[in-house]
Amino acid sequence: MQFLQLVITGVAQGCIYGLIALGFVLVYKATETVSFAQGELMMLGAFFGLAAMTLLGLPFWLSVLAAVAGMALFGIVLEALVIRPILGQPAFSIVMLTIGIGYVARGLVTMLPGIGTETHTLPVPYKDQVWNAGGLVLAVEQMVVIAATAVLCVLLFAVFRYSKVGIAMQAASQNQLAAYYMGIPVKRLNGLAWGLASGVAAVAGLLLAPITFVHANMGFIGLKAFPAAVVGGFGSLPGAIVGGLVIGLVESLAGFYLPEGFKDVAPYVVVLVMLWVMPNGLFGEKLRKKV
Amino acid sequence: MRFLFKTDYGQDIRLAKHGGHVFWYGLLCLWLLAAPWLLSEYLLAQLTFILIYGVVGLGLMLLAGFTGLFSIGHAAFFGVGAYAQAVLTGYGWPFPFALLAGAALSAAVGVVVGLPALRVKGIYLGIATLSFGFIVAEVFSRWESVTGGNAGKTVGAVKMFGWTADSAASFYFVCLVVAVLATLACLNLLRSPTGRAFVAIRDSEISAQSMGIHLARYKTLSFAISAALAGIGGALYAHQIRFLSPDQFDIVQSIDLLLMVVIGGLGSIHGAFLGAIFLIGLPQAISAVKDYLPQAIGQAPGLKAVVYGAVLVGFVLFEPLGLYGRWLKVRAYLQLFPFYRKGLFRRQKSFQKSERLR
Repeated sequence: MQFLQLVITGVAQGCIYGLIALGFVLVYKATETVSFAQGELMMLGAFFGLAAMTLLGLPFWLSVLAAVAGMALFGIVLEALVIRPILGQPAFSIVMLTIGIGYVARGLVTMLPGIGTETHTLPVPYKDQVWNAGGLVLAVEQMVVIAATAVLCVLLFAVFRYSKVGIAMQAASQNQLAAYYMGIPVKRLNGLAWGLASGVAAVAGLLLAPITFVHANMGFIGLKAFPAAVVGGFGSLPGAIVGGLVIGLVESLAGFYLPEGFKDVAPYVVVLVMLWVMPNGLFGEKLRKKV
Repeated sequence: MRFLFKTDYGQDIRLAKHGGHVFWYGLLCLWLLAAPWLLSEYLLAQLTFILIYGVVGLGLMLLAGFTGLFSIGHAAFFGVGAYAQAVLTGYGWPFPFALLAGAALSAAVGVVVGLPALRVKGIYLGIATLSFGFIVAEVFSRWESVTGGNAGKTVGAVKMFGWTADSAASFYFVCLVVAVLATLACLNLLRSPTGRAFVAIRDSEISAQSMGIHLARYKTLSFAISAALAGIGGALYAHQIRFLSPDQFDIVQSIDLLLMVVIGGLGSIHGAFLGAIFLIGLPQAISAVKDYLPQAIGQAPGLKAVVYGAVLVGFVLFEPLGLYGRWLKVRAYLQLFPFYRKGLFRRQKSFQKSERLR
């Protein structure tokens, strides 16, 4: 029973990691760059939702929609203004750039007088409710996380499998130049990928908010999503979720069965072992180069 | 100021390219030697920090700027050096031996990281080093018998062979000697076959390999040397700050170090020191202008992060070669004066080359 309880907690936490990792993978697949600002985008999304609920007084569902749409727009604008000018530079410049964006986002939120340095609770309708199912205590917040992640995955899967935009994105992700020659608007798709990633990050932020708190430094959790993305294979959408689940489970179980301190490093140990054993990750694409 | 048109190999690997170099670097050395008498105690301490971070920057520059391997966990090596120094001098080892032992330990840790890292490239390497940095930071805070844990560990003054660096000026000279030696070592390394192999690996792994460069050996070597330099910097840092705690060597510090070499200018030895000047100078500059800003902005807690981030974004967008690159451009402008045309250094590529197949 104890074990099952830990597994459920781990899965719920893993879904959050998975969602953030999904953001990395979306950006990576489309633009071959890694965004270190994903955690900060998540934080901004949570603050956006908080503002919509408390300042504007919107009902829960409307504020979720507003936060996701607002963050998606923010992602598109961010890509157009900041990321696009350095397209074609080594991937490392974009890493540094997104680290910088993360600093700015975190700093700006911290600078908001009276809001930035506080921790807030997101007033969600399912706060602190608990289900009892055969001896298991299921927190509704965690159930919502799992359900929302599942729905989001199905949606994204449908987009990439059946919609024209999704297929074009996959094409652009394989070879930008070739896709451009085939008439695919690569730049617009890059913007869209950033928008999508920011929207997903906003969802992750809104889901995480009831479990922890809304705080300017909550974006640091994004650093734990890197192991998730690597374990799953960096360029794979289902891999991101599976990787997130693995990391969440490992963390949850390590926190209980191993001595104190192992909980925080367990994800990183897993990622090092993973890189050592299977550098491509569980679902990684295997590419061969012809010389 | 002049650009040389090199006509033979000897010219290419000469340490001082022409008399101007000898003159200006000589002047710089004289000024550095006289600094304790010219600067106030406070500024001298800042200069010491610049030298220390410069040494660490040299290490990271060698790895990131010259070998093209990025480490987002360099604070770990920095910390290994610092704690090794703290422990060894605690046992009464003289400073030079403790420094070398710490550097060797850092280098060994660097090899341990470098070996598995050979299998992965690009962003995977970044994440591997990031993970390593997290693990080491956790070790620092948990291994209380050695590191003192979160309570911290105090470090004594530099002692060697009956002499103690008890004043700020004497420790400054210790740092100066180490920094100059480290810089000379790096310059000499870079003009040796090893250094040229590093640059070849950075520019193209496949061509380097086909020229007979053993990729694994040189990448590991680069990690080891880089870690050793970071460890030496850490040892000096331990003596300067006198109190070590694990949060000085966390991911934020690693990113600060990266920020330092990127802003200084990747791929140049000058860049390491320019970046160190920037990293030490920026907080001073912020606190200097803080009082003139409106209350709501100047006293806000996130100001430093915003300025750091904005500067980093600005540099990546507008000056990817960093401060040293800006200096080169100014110099090119002056030299070409009437013929300088706009857009001489404009970047051309607007597409991402696939890194997955590299």
